[in-house]
Amino acid sequence: MERLNLLIGLAMGLNLVALGTSRLPSLIRIAALQGVILGIMPLVMEHEIRLLVVLLAVATVGLKGVVIPALLRRAIRSANIDRDVDPLIGFLPSLLLGAAGTILAVVLSHRLPLLPEHRESLLVAGALASVFTGMLLLIGRSKAISQVCGYLVLENGIYLFGLLLLNSTPLMVEGGILLDLTVAVFVIGIIVDRIQRAFDTLDTRKLTTLRE
Amino acid sequence: MRELLLILIPLGAALAAAIWPREHTRRWFLPATGLAHAGLAFWLLFRPPVDPLHAWIGFDPLARAVLPAVSLLFLFCAAYAVPYLGIRAERPNRVFVAGLLAALGLMSAAHMARHLGLLWIATEAVTLSSVPMLHFNNTPRAYEATWKYLLVGGTGIALSLLGSFCLGYASLHGGGMGDLTFASLTAQGAGLSRPWVLISWVLLLVGYGTKMGLAPMHTWKPDAYGEAPGIVGAMLAGGVTTVAFTAVLRVRSVVDAAGEGAISSRTLTAIGLFSMLVAALFLLSTRDFKRMLAYSSVEHMGILSLGAALGGAGLWAALFHVWNNSVTKGSLFLSAGNIRRAAGARTMDEVSGMSRVTPQSAALFVAGLFAVTACPPFGPFFSEILIIRTAFAVGHGGAAAFFLACLLLAFFGLTRVVFSIVYGRPRNPASGADPRLKETLGVVAPPFLLLMVSLWLGLATPEVLREAWTAAVEQLSPVK
Repeated sequence: MERLNLLIGLAMGLNLVALGTSRLPSLIRIAALQGVILGIMPLVMEHEIRLLVVLLAVATVGLKGVVIPALLRRAIRSANIDRDVDPLIGFLPSLLLGAAGTILAVVLSHRLPLLPEHRESLLVAGALASVFTGMLLLIGRSKAISQVCGYLVLENGIYLFGLLLLNSTPLMVEGGILLDLTVAVFVIGIIVDRIQRAFDTLDTRKLTTLRE
Repeated sequence: MRELLLILIPLGAALAAAIWPREHTRRWFLPATGLAHAGLAFWLLFRPPVDPLHAWIGFDPLARAVLPAVSLLFLFCAAYAVPYLGIRAERPNRVFVAGLLAALGLMSAAHMARHLGLLWIATEAVTLSSVPMLHFNNTPRAYEATWKYLLVGGTGIALSLLGSFCLGYASLHGGGMGDLTFASLTAQGAGLSRPWVLISWVLLLVGYGTKMGLAPMHTWKPDAYGEAPGIVGAMLAGGVTTVAFTAVLRVRSVVDAAGEGAISSRTLTAIGLFSMLVAALFLLSTRDFKRMLAYSSVEHMGILSLGAALGGAGLWAALFHVWNNSVTKGSLFLSAGNIRRAAGARTMDEVSGMSRVTPQSAALFVAGLFAVTACPPFGPFFSEILIIRTAFAVGHGGAAAFFLACLLLAFFGLTRVVFSIVYGRPRNPASGADPRLKETLGVVAPPFLLLMVSLWLGLATPEVLREAWTAAVEQLSPVK
């Protein structure tokens, strides 16, 4: 349990780092690192190592740690951008909001009815904090890539929550979910590329033609 | 086993279309698959399997009550797609055709999913497979719409995954095994942990409600429907929304079984009426006739939620309305597509006098307007009047009055736009107008036939459908 909580604590710390950084390559690296940490969690949780769990962990680490970051890095290289300048919510305010959200998540997770074996774990708190961080990045940043990273952090939070059900849901379902997410990010990557070509920018605030 | 073919045939066809080398003949995959799928779906409607195939997936009464409607809509859209892709020969159609076929197979899977996780996977996959269809026009506006669709839709879908996990935890916390099939969740019923059921209901309603396009999660809808080709708009408004609605219905039956039926009804009523109000207000101000159809779709999603909230006869009417919504919206999107191509523009400031430029499509558009605003004798009139009667019967007179007021406002909004583009003097065609558009049988017959189905549903609702809807209502709210 301690080892698991250590990993979750690390992931929660990365949330705050993500909120504080303006450089896109670091943001991608943070999201990737968080994905890797999440990927190895099932191995730490299980008492006996099952083959399917190992496969799932390898797939998660490979996709979240290697494939998706590579896709995103390619996108920023072709768009030739490095920083998310003037975001909608500033870096310091979003960092403070994120810290407040993390504290709230811990408090809230103690109020929720949990099974005895989950009371001591940070899983629920980590999940809520990551979902909140993801939302902040989605809303607060202006570059398409940062928003995709926000989406990844949001998904990481949901994955953390899903670990509560690791022993009861069939791994086929988990695998299907992972596959869907990968395709989602892949599709988003393609669209980001097209937006870059069509608008010559990845600043989503420029996407304002369609309105009432 | 034959119900699995509903999923496998379109997916196989999608694969075949993706590797088919001939650009010009690839479009014929659409009607061929549509015909096979519709034939199978109606065979299953008339001769339903005795018991659902599997605890995870199967052609249960709810799937039987709505899936044939989507299949029928796809058939007409596929027929329309053949001349449409012929006109749009300048755009490569490999991804478009494959995506449309894959979406059909995944929609069938989502309708038949009897497992919470499987339902989520299928719904998310439908969302993703419709992305390449949205930006088929390859304009910056289309990419902007696609981006918003992905971002808003993706967040909604993420929240529904969180909601699914919460429902699983509700089962685990209540002493269950965390089995996520709807059958076992419903069987656990009051044994589910109440707080977790409520959290999951909120998340799942927001998540799948985003997919349906209920206000205030509807913001992607006008952009996506406005920029996508008519067939895609029709499939999104009549097919994908139906997938999300059945998902909400399945989740709701679990929440009801857990003893929180009063709360689920109240939230559905509130979100339904709010959607109708928002849609009516935007309909009064929009000037673009394709975005108008999107707001009209938001309104109809509100009607479905209200019907579902009332339960019993209201739910029956909502299932009836699913059929009416699919065929009527389909007809409107296809005739709007014709008008848009001929006029080269989409707002009432730029388009008028279409009754002379494209007389047949304009006539269909006006007839579709009367159908969608629930004028007798079209189908929507009968389903909506049934919802209103049920609302009065169960003592929701206030909701019924609000419902009627919104319908009236929506009627004003829709007629304002439609009449101003149909009547008057034709403008000089804008630069984007397509001189190649002739009102051939191929582009006029599908919307006409869809409208005829709407008329038929209203005048002589087939007995087999009535029986299918009754069975679905019994499945969703079993008598205790």
